[in-house]
Amino acid sequence: MSHSIPSGSRWRWYIVFFVAPATLIYTVFAIYPIVESLRLSLFAERDAVEAFVGIDNYKKLFTEPYWADQFWNAFKNNVWLFVLHMLIQNPVALALAAILSIPNLRGAATYRTIFFLPTLLSVVVIGFIWQLILSPLWGITPAFMNFMGVGKFFAPWLGLESSALTAVTLISIWQYVGIPMMLFYAALLNIPEETLEAARIDGLNGWSIFWKVKLPLILPTLGLVGILTYIGNFTASFDLIYTLQGGLAGPNGSTDVMGTFMFRTFFGFQAQLGDVNMGATVASSLFFIILIGVSVYLFGVQRRLQRYQA
Amino acid sequence: MRSNPLSSMAIHGVLILYSALALFPLLLIAINSFKSKKGIFRDPTALPLGELYSTKGYQSVLANGDFPLYFGNSLTVTLISLVLILLLGAMAAHGLTEYRFKGNGLLGLYLILGIMVPIRLGTVALLELFVKLGLTNTLTALVLVYTAQGLPIAIFIFTEFLKSVSGEIKDSARIDGLSEYRIFFEVVLPLIRPVIATVAVFSMIPIWNDLWFPLILSPGEETRTVTLGIQQFIGQYTVNWSAVLAALTVAIVPVLIMYVIFSKQLIRGITAGAVKG
Repeated sequence: MSHSIPSGSRWRWYIVFFVAPATLIYTVFAIYPIVESLRLSLFAERDAVEAFVGIDNYKKLFTEPYWADQFWNAFKNNVWLFVLHMLIQNPVALALAAILSIPNLRGAATYRTIFFLPTLLSVVVIGFIWQLILSPLWGITPAFMNFMGVGKFFAPWLGLESSALTAVTLISIWQYVGIPMMLFYAALLNIPEETLEAARIDGLNGWSIFWKVKLPLILPTLGLVGILTYIGNFTASFDLIYTLQGGLAGPNGSTDVMGTFMFRTFFGFQAQLGDVNMGATVASSLFFIILIGVSVYLFGVQRRLQRYQA
Repeated sequence: MRSNPLSSMAIHGVLILYSALALFPLLLIAINSFKSKKGIFRDPTALPLGELYSTKGYQSVLANGDFPLYFGNSLTVTLISLVLILLLGAMAAHGLTEYRFKGNGLLGLYLILGIMVPIRLGTVALLELFVKLGLTNTLTALVLVYTAQGLPIAIFIFTEFLKSVSGEIKDSARIDGLSEYRIFFEVVLPLIRPVIATVAVFSMIPIWNDLWFPLILSPGEETRTVTLGIQQFIGQYTVNWSAVLAALTVAIVPVLIMYVIFSKQLIRGITAGAVKG
């Protein structure tokens, strides 16, 4: 589309007009803060003056028990969050999308609308709703479980160290299953009818068409959903955990994730004072963790998938 | 397999079960928000009829929360950010796809970097920046952050779309003597209307629902968004169940109404175009 205007030596102001506003806002309020955070992570306050300390903050974060314990605990919890989303959210989303994409399914539009509804609501609202529903005080969950004959398995899951993180994760899955579902759904709808027809003529039944034809064709979407889950898990999980378990991510730090850890480090809580440089160090570590994930996706997963496609 | 009534029943069984799972928690909250405290605990699944019916919760919400203000704030922030994201995003995408200039490819890559790098990672520096600019506790700060956050995905989707649009219309507009500015506003903008819905959805939901930036950049009473307002309100009223349930319902209903009105366009927007495998 760039054929129309010969690129002369004349300064074309309209290009500046189109490109500059977005570039400016994006640079000042997205890129600069991230770069500045990376810089801040290399400095520390010494006698009320900012001094360059190299990678000392990172050393502190990874080796001093006070910091390292929190960091690795949050990291471990984030990994568990990611694993559960990959093992439960994405397969459920794929199953729902596969069912919804059956041609001429009655009521497909209504089901789709309902399944996507929780995704639209604020995490804060969803968090509180489930907190009430799971509350032993209200007793609606134990009553329901009694009705199903499994009442003796009820426990105040959100309040127990052993189960709080998993309970929070399941709430998050319940809310966000709609996004991968829509991505899978769109990918499944984009498979050409001829391809499926050919498979049917070859005598494949619905089940094997799904596994042998559809699934390989939507592999790139699986990769995309994977990386989106990875990024979201490290950053977006803050909202739900802060709402449900508070800034300390209790009980006893069992639901602490990188987001809540970063928030506490930066702003401080109770006896601990906020620390700008350590906050920036946690954020920057998270930056590198995400960078590693994205690189694996771009250079490993996606490239292999494209080769598979071709 | 598809005409088999048994498997069709099984399929609808699964779908109805999942629908119940998705809807039941929301309905439960809405129903109980119209009950007295006694009713909430004694009979949670009953409809709010007869002596169970009570609007005490809503009265506490009206008396102690400033929800119209919070809604106004959320609406202002979301709408202004959205307009900026759509307009500036479309302009940038147009500039990148329409004209060949030095550094074009690099700039395009730079602008979509933000899809992979969450802006939250820059929060520490962002807060310092807004303190320097004197913009803490303003809605402007939120608008700027959300615009910066939304631009990459908007530019990406618009660029992908514009690449697939033929250049002929624009060329004939040029022959008619339209300026480059008028070509964008009068030819390109109407052309990209189908993807605007997609971009709007992708940008709008995270802005409306965000807790992180309102909590950090504008926690003041006057600039609270709905999401933060609910969080703070419920934090204070944990023992007043009627008030909590009413506040949650108040937060759900406007989103629900918008969704019912726009769900068709919204879902068509998500499934069409933008995310092709």
